[in-house]
Amino acid sequence: MTRPIVAIRSVSKTFGEFQALKRVSLDVREGEVLCLIGASGSGKTTLLRCINQLTSVDSGGIWLDGELLGLREQGGRLHRLTPQQIARQRLKTGMVFQRFNLFPHKTALENITEGPVQVQGRKREDARAEAMELLRRVGLAAKADAYPAQLSGGQQQRVAIARALAMKPMLMLFDEPTSALDPELVGEVLSVMKELARSGMTMMVVTHEVGFAREVADTVVYMDHGAIVESGLAADVLGAPREARTRSFLSAVI
Amino acid sequence: MTAAHTLAGGFPDISKMTVARQAHWRRWLTAAAIVVVLAAIGRAFAGGQIEWAYVGRFLAAKVILEGIANTMVMAVLAMAVGIVLGVVVAIMRLSPNPVLTSVAAGYTWLFRGTPLILQLLLWFNLALVFPTIGIPGLWSARAVDVMTPFLSALLGLGLNQGAYTSEVMRAGMLSVDAGQYEAAQAIGMGRLRALRRIILPQAMRVVIPPLGNEFIGMVKATSLASVIQYPEVLHNAENIYYANSRVIELLIVAGFWYLLVVSILTPLQMLLERRFARGALQLAR
Repeated sequence: MTRPIVAIRSVSKTFGEFQALKRVSLDVREGEVLCLIGASGSGKTTLLRCINQLTSVDSGGIWLDGELLGLREQGGRLHRLTPQQIARQRLKTGMVFQRFNLFPHKTALENITEGPVQVQGRKREDARAEAMELLRRVGLAAKADAYPAQLSGGQQQRVAIARALAMKPMLMLFDEPTSALDPELVGEVLSVMKELARSGMTMMVVTHEVGFAREVADTVVYMDHGAIVESGLAADVLGAPREARTRSFLSAVI
Repeated sequence: MTAAHTLAGGFPDISKMTVARQAHWRRWLTAAAIVVVLAAIGRAFAGGQIEWAYVGRFLAAKVILEGIANTMVMAVLAMAVGIVLGVVVAIMRLSPNPVLTSVAAGYTWLFRGTPLILQLLLWFNLALVFPTIGIPGLWSARAVDVMTPFLSALLGLGLNQGAYTSEVMRAGMLSVDAGQYEAAQAIGMGRLRALRRIILPQAMRVVIPPLGNEFIGMVKATSLASVIQYPEVLHNAENIYYANSRVIELLIVAGFWYLLVVSILTPLQMLLERRFARGALQLAR
């Protein structure tokens, strides 16, 4: 495998009394599809949010594409980055939320072009053409002018994936992308994600879909109480887990 | 196939029958009572000491029309000042910077905590505190020349309105789901851009009904500027009745114009609401 795109080293995070992450270390390599599984409250979503800095880490560090996130080393001390610098670092990641979070006052197409036009300063016509291409890719070209409220949950989530891809990120983060969907809509979102994985995109997916993890993931990481219990090849972790906690979790969800 | 036709289980077939209209006799009774009361009030006024001819004569008098024009100019400008200030102060109030938060809270506390008429009088009488105002070495002028009734009224009404509008705006911004701000951040937007492009447009939908309320309040609040000689409609009506003693007639004239303006504003507000309901129409119905 190639160099790590994400290097997480000894990251801890506490919310008040609750320790969400306990000295977590993890590598994600270019083109890798990594699924994070575990019970709710195990820290997998927090870990994902730390990578695009919606949550800041308390200690430890995350390097994305060789660059330390949120901090700058100078004269043997660490300095916090400015909000502008953090915004620039965020452009390397695309985030897909559990509750879609599409902009309700903008059409599907406008949702996708918003970032490229407003943040990256790209030409409106170019951004529109690329957004249409992305909508075709997620199978929603006919819904370009629909508002989010006119779309089903599965359609909204596919637009949200297109919106994240429009920024041309090097890493896609998925935070339980199918948990808020009606069961019959899960498949359409997963198939878009499978296509994305096949195209070579590096992906970190927090999910409860063990079937998806088995089929698509290169690596599966099982987390419990803020720590990584077991990680390895998807077939090994899901097929022949070494740890008793992993076994009992898997037997509960399958 | 007659009425004797029955459905499975012996139930009668009611699909061809019509539903009889309800009588609503209580509604007719209350309506009649209200008409009687209104007629009595109308009759009392018709027979009272009101020279309706004067009302008609002054309704469209030049001074009155100028007055209502001045009222509208002041209401629109002061509301514009209030909205701009309100947005800025609401953004400051919600900022992570404690200095900005305190300044915003202090402004709201001061301008909401004192009567509007007192603030108008203070601005108008600023010359008593500072005989000359200006920037040292660059520009200066006598305060009495600068603080005209127009400027005093604009500052007094606008700054006061800003304090109220900031709270309306803050409520609107808080009503937008936190996930919207996160989604904006995730596509690389900074705080101000996210507010301008994503949060404020969604807040507007919530904010327009209370803002319409505030604007109607502002139209009427301009009448307070009569105490500092701003020639709005009530001030001009007063000037006329000081001369001809037709007090009630001219108050009715002024009241008519306020009512007319407010009646026109209500449908305008509905148009604005529709404009900002983009993407939510089918939910609002």
